[in-house]
Amino acid sequence: MQWVMTAVAASALPGSTARAEPRVAPGAAGVTPAPAATPHGYGVDPNLVKGYQPGDFWPLTFSEAQRKSTAALVDTIIPSDDLGPAASAVGVVEMIDEWISAPYPQQQGDRPIILEGLAWIEAESDRRFKKPFAELSGEQRRAICDDICLVSAARPPLAIAAKFFAHFRDLCASAYYATPEGWKAIGYVGNVPLDHFDGPPPEVLEKLGVTQTVQ
Amino acid sequence: MPMISADKARDQYDVAIVGSGAAGGQSGYTLSLAGLKCVMLEAGRSYDPIAETPMFHTPRQAPLMGDRTPDKPFGFYDATVGGGWEVPGEPYTTVHDTPLEEFRWWRPRMLGGRTNHWGRISLRNGPYDFKPRSRDGMGFDWPIGYDDLEPYYTKVEMLIGVYGTNDGLENTPNSPPGVLLPAPKGRAADLLAQKHGRRLGIPITSAHRAVLTRHLDYKTIPAKLHPGNEWARKIVQQAMANRSACFWATACGRGCNVAANYQSTTVHLPPALATGNLDIISDAHAREVTIGKDGRADGILFIDKTTGRETRVKAKAVILAAGSAETVRILLNSKNNAFPNGVANSSGLVGKYIMDTVGASLDGQVPALENLPPHNEDGAGGDHFYSPWWLYQEQKAGKLDFARGYHIEMGGTRGMPGGANPVPSDLTRGSYGSKFKEDARRYFGSFVHYAARGEMIPNEQCYADLDPTVKDRFGIPVLRFHWKWSSHEVNQALHAERTFTALIEAMGGTVRGARVAKPGDNLWKPGSIIHEVGGAIIGDDPRKSVCNGFSQTWDVKNLFLCDAAPFASNADKNPTLTIMALAWRACDHLVDEAKKGNL
Repeated sequence: MQWVMTAVAASALPGSTARAEPRVAPGAAGVTPAPAATPHGYGVDPNLVKGYQPGDFWPLTFSEAQRKSTAALVDTIIPSDDLGPAASAVGVVEMIDEWISAPYPQQQGDRPIILEGLAWIEAESDRRFKKPFAELSGEQRRAICDDICLVSAARPPLAIAAKFFAHFRDLCASAYYATPEGWKAIGYVGNVPLDHFDGPPPEVLEKLGVTQTVQ
Repeated sequence: MPMISADKARDQYDVAIVGSGAAGGQSGYTLSLAGLKCVMLEAGRSYDPIAETPMFHTPRQAPLMGDRTPDKPFGFYDATVGGGWEVPGEPYTTVHDTPLEEFRWWRPRMLGGRTNHWGRISLRNGPYDFKPRSRDGMGFDWPIGYDDLEPYYTKVEMLIGVYGTNDGLENTPNSPPGVLLPAPKGRAADLLAQKHGRRLGIPITSAHRAVLTRHLDYKTIPAKLHPGNEWARKIVQQAMANRSACFWATACGRGCNVAANYQSTTVHLPPALATGNLDIISDAHAREVTIGKDGRADGILFIDKTTGRETRVKAKAVILAAGSAETVRILLNSKNNAFPNGVANSSGLVGKYIMDTVGASLDGQVPALENLPPHNEDGAGGDHFYSPWWLYQEQKAGKLDFARGYHIEMGGTRGMPGGANPVPSDLTRGSYGSKFKEDARRYFGSFVHYAARGEMIPNEQCYADLDPTVKDRFGIPVLRFHWKWSSHEVNQALHAERTFTALIEAMGGTVRGARVAKPGDNLWKPGSIIHEVGGAIIGDDPRKSVCNGFSQTWDVKNLFLCDAAPFASNADKNPTLTIMALAWRACDHLVDEAKKGNL
């Protein structure tokens, strides 16, 4: 069934969310009203054809200071360059805010990791440079990030910060590559109507050493 | 869609149909075009795929980048708008020894049922698949064979539109010339797997999916489907002309507002409704098949969820097409003096022999697919290639430690990203900044995913009965599922793991994720593949089966089970095409018998 494709997207790509575990609800005798879906979520039957913005379904969390920290960090991870705009320019800050503000278990679990991690970044920035992270130079930001960007290489006192960074980078990339600008950066071409589907172009077939077998 | 409320139902119908998915849709189509007055009950809400399908919407426009949540377990844009793994107020219970054997039950509640969500993979059962017991001594033979169903497979393929190729492989039937639509071109990862699969002896070829790769030939097909019925021909012609060919974008699981793929709501129901012979009542939760004094089914008792009232529709014949386990639930709850253990259950076999598909999968990363020049691989919104089961002879020679086969469904595509980090941190080694963006571009499209979909053998320990204490919010006893895998399923899943490992490594790639620690670890939970079938199997002996070869219950001759409940085996081939072919055949039989006055 279709969920095979969905499972591909989720399981082939690390950092994806875990599949929701089923629960067997206890039964209740007699005719009782149907219980609600996740309280304050978007429900099981949201309007699918409307476009949404962060904040449409549940209130956002970030303070002005947290927003600034997040913007500085997402742009350190995904800066503006030849491949495309910086993460903050395409709404990644708001998408992360929406994520950690959501009422679902996965997102509720991520919330303290992100908020405490942002606080750690600011404390570390202040400790090392006496400035908020957003006001650091690129070199100063990298000095902090280099220490926490790889969990397996982080010194023990920085282990929690490194786990935060890995998590944050996942979230940042998930959001960035969900945008048309991110698609361009990663090399996704599609979501446009075509008259016919030609498959991979000759240069791809040649590079792979294969021929198109469907005529 | 023209729908009626429960209070607008006629006093009497020819046929009452429970369910509006592949089985109900096909039944409603066949019977209404044969001139019978039908009423269809759907437990969920009405649904309009033309107005409600999010075509071209980006993950950016969805909450949480469209990611899955408990409210939308297959992602925000999944077409399922009601029900799912949990239906509030309608629990079920499970009995199992290990978490691996906890049955999961996917219950969409909406017009069109599962056909809104499904993968559109449309495979014919082969001749072996109807006679498994004769081949290996296990399970049950069907009372019908491939030749009985072949004309109906062909008709269904012509009606719904299925792409694919005829490869002449063992137990993988060809369709008659001109029936299949052109197969879509292979994607990069498909072609690479095909090339290396050849060396391993794994035949990788075009999948068969219900997607229109070109406009249906609406001028000639309807006459082949309804010979001698000019009126039906015109109605079907109009409905077919209204469907568009695929424009190679938007995943099929969102539904399709140009009707380029099969959904009951875009293919079966429009012509059925155009006959004027079909009334559909949504929000109608079926409770019982009602039995008249003469011992025949005379209608359905249901809860009108819009009012909470118990309501009846009357009919001269009844079709249950509610999804196999729902059909079991309804039968077991239909108790009366004549049927103290449930309608059509004199054999005691209602609820027995439930099967799901054996699911196992493995991911890999293939360096050859890194840094490919960007190109569009959206394609037909689902799988283009697959591998039919290929080791029949080895199995026959006793070289394998399991009895039945699996086919391979394959993912590996430069499909739309979003909602998950496309760059695994173990590969990027902590990169961030422009290096990270380069890594993302490098690895995008280099991941492959192989999924086994295998045949499970029916056993005595996989069944459903009524839970003695738990009731749903309407006070109706709920199903309780019991499950036990056999070594055949466990060993088959291990074989799949070895096959996928060999294929990934042959492509020069590496397997990702944990290997199987102990047998059974890589089996998906029962029900997870959403192919549960059986529970009221067909056979040629009323003591050993619930239905005859026309899916007509032995005990109540005007009661037909048109979903997968009558399946006596669950071939690796996805069940939907067979459900439709069986339903069409059963309905033709129903019409013939009604004409003869035999119902």
